[in-house]
Amino acid sequence: MPFGNTHNQLKMNYTAEQEFPDLSQHNNHMAKVLTLEMYANLRDKQTPSGFTVDDVIQTGVDNPGHPFIMTVGCVAGDEETYEVFKDLLDPVIEDRHGGYKPTDKHKTDLNPDNLQGGDDLDPNYVLSSRVRTGRSIRGFCLPPHCSRGERRAIEGLSVEALGALDGDLKGKYYALKDMTEEEQQQLIDDHFLFDKPVSPLLLASGMARDWPDARGIWHNDNKTFLVWVNEEDHLRVISMQKGGNMKEVFNRFCTGLTKIEELFKEKGHEFMWNEHLGYVLTCPSNLGTGMRGGVHVKLPNLSKHEKFGEILKRLRLQKRGTGGVDTAAVGGVFDISNADRLGFSEVELVQMVVDGVKLLVEMEKHLEAGQSIDDLMPEQK
Amino acid sequence: MASSFARVLSSKRKVGILSLVGAGSLTVGFFLNREQHVKAGAHVRRIYPPSAEYPDLRKHNNCMASHLTPAVYAKLSDKTTPNGYTLDEAIQTGVDNPGHPFIKTVGMVAGDEESYEVFADIFNPVIKERHNGYDPCTMKHPTDLDASKIRGGQFHEKYVLSSRVRTGRSIRGLSLPPACTRAERREVERVVIDALAGLKGDLAGKYFSLTLMTEQEQQQLIDDHFLFDKPVSPLLTCAGMARDWPDARGIWHNNEKTFLVWVNEEDHTRVISMEKGGNMKRVFERFCKGLLEVERLIQEKGWEFMWNERLGYILTCPSNLGTGLRAGVHVTLPRLSKDPRFPKILDNLRLQKRGTGGVDTAAVGNTFDISNLDRLGQSEVQLVQTVIDGVNYLIECEKKLERGQDIKIPAPISQFK
Repeated sequence: MPFGNTHNQLKMNYTAEQEFPDLSQHNNHMAKVLTLEMYANLRDKQTPSGFTVDDVIQTGVDNPGHPFIMTVGCVAGDEETYEVFKDLLDPVIEDRHGGYKPTDKHKTDLNPDNLQGGDDLDPNYVLSSRVRTGRSIRGFCLPPHCSRGERRAIEGLSVEALGALDGDLKGKYYALKDMTEEEQQQLIDDHFLFDKPVSPLLLASGMARDWPDARGIWHNDNKTFLVWVNEEDHLRVISMQKGGNMKEVFNRFCTGLTKIEELFKEKGHEFMWNEHLGYVLTCPSNLGTGMRGGVHVKLPNLSKHEKFGEILKRLRLQKRGTGGVDTAAVGGVFDISNADRLGFSEVELVQMVVDGVKLLVEMEKHLEAGQSIDDLMPEQK
Repeated sequence: MASSFARVLSSKRKVGILSLVGAGSLTVGFFLNREQHVKAGAHVRRIYPPSAEYPDLRKHNNCMASHLTPAVYAKLSDKTTPNGYTLDEAIQTGVDNPGHPFIKTVGMVAGDEESYEVFADIFNPVIKERHNGYDPCTMKHPTDLDASKIRGGQFHEKYVLSSRVRTGRSIRGLSLPPACTRAERREVERVVIDALAGLKGDLAGKYFSLTLMTEQEQQQLIDDHFLFDKPVSPLLTCAGMARDWPDARGIWHNNEKTFLVWVNEEDHTRVISMEKGGNMKRVFERFCKGLLEVERLIQEKGWEFMWNERLGYILTCPSNLGTGLRAGVHVTLPRLSKDPRFPKILDNLRLQKRGTGGVDTAAVGNTFDISNLDRLGQSEVQLVQTVIDGVNYLIECEKKLERGQDIKIPAPISQFK
């Protein structure tokens, strides 16, 4: 959060010890990694745009822990954050992303032809399919740090690029501050409208400043491709539809993303990306692909099975409630998605989801018929 | 620094490393893109003209929004206080919170004492509006903590359930809650509790740090209605006041539980004197005695409170400048409160009503929190006398209505005495 004298050099009048946060009650990735010595080494540094280590960690200091999930506890204010504060962020990334090392390379693969199957998930069980990711525009500060002028420029560039999409991707932008009551209601009914963040994890990092200035929602006329502008990241891109045709969803996802990237390049802009971290986003948990591909699937029997958690773990999948992160499941319907973000390509991750969900549905059918699922147990992927 | 540099060199063959810019404060940035050629030029902050940064205040209704014109914004947007506090930081809370259902909010805060000078072009009109015409450019604020000047002030307990006086004090030389670093905040705590430890007699007491208090201590403080919690109001959280909670926050109170100090909540200190019943005179006496004694104790250690003759005591929110004083009672007025003339009567007496939960709450039953409207331009003695005289009038009205007699709206009392 770009607030206060920890954002500038005044804090250097005090020793590192005097400034070091009290993390004794804390349980997040940042708190596990940040030592006094590390803090002392990093505290006088800034990224070229002026983001400090105190800005990085503020959200983790203010939010000691979360009941459902081990939170990251730090954010980036710009692309350079990941370099300037690598002493802190590399171990956080390693811990969060299953041992991903500072020397590892990340593969990007947005060729939907490389996905096998995925068009035949049983619609009696799989109610909807969705893939989301984020993108950041290189050269601009990220939501925790950007000024109003920058945020507006990001909106302007994004709206311009999205405005050039055509075919089944042709759509319309709704700025949060200008939308009419009817537009707002329609977006709510479509489950597209995002609201001002209420999670203290986000608020403490400064991402909600100046709400709703320069925030908005774009979607195509078919309502199957959706872009959020300036919410938690510069862009959040979502492809979704009812039913189990994940292949089609992923196809549109890749086509749309590639097209948007081309349109940005035509105007001399590109996405933040590098060989080591893949796509660079605000939260270290979304590095790499930044991708969460998943389904809403009915698993009333399997979800009660004692091995449900173990099965998901082996398939490299995670479960959430149907309200998304921080919610519980309703009526035996779960949100099942890839657990990984970094170190696997987009195709690899969606493949895991497709193959995994197929197996979960088969197991559900077995249990429905009173059969055992022991010989269906998967290996650890 | 050198070691991470070497690590970068060894792991990335196709990297272009930019030269280190300056020493200490900036460091290396590097880029790779998929085409594997080097992107030169460290990205520095994109600077936009003030017109591109000016907040959208069209839906806003707070004092900051009423007075922050594009011209004023342009003039002040690149200035900082000596500590580095900026205009954008000062107004953030007002940008993020367009309005409030019950009250026109101020919409800006100070990060340090110098904020009121450096950003005077916006603070002065905001202060003038909020403080009903007090002009910081031409007027002086009187300070008077001589409680012996108070006349009356002992209300009947049939009507007045409790009496309370609160204010705040800031320690000169340390940044205010929106801006302070963790070390500064801890220093405020140290200076204040050191002084409070020197209080004696009926003021002797104990400090309970929010980070260290036991479960029993916490429960006791809740039962006594002393415990303050992490701010939830977005007016406060958007100003950055809740950062690092609960580090260096705490509650001090005397053994008799009639004198209470909050440390590092909305201000460096909030000082509260309170009692059940209607003895406002005694509450104010203790208030003055405690404040003056604490001031003496911090001065012994070379510290002082932020104060000047233009703005009185300096606090985080411009609404609390001057005396920072809110003196009030919880008073039961079943008939008067239903009379349509009640708001006008309060207005003319320069009083305000709140619910019994304090600001932002509604009244429960017929019991109201009645306190002084003004903070700046009158002294503590004058304001408390206003409350005493006003509450007496309200009780008289209530009694008249009890007897079936009619009441009168009083003439408006003069504002700056």
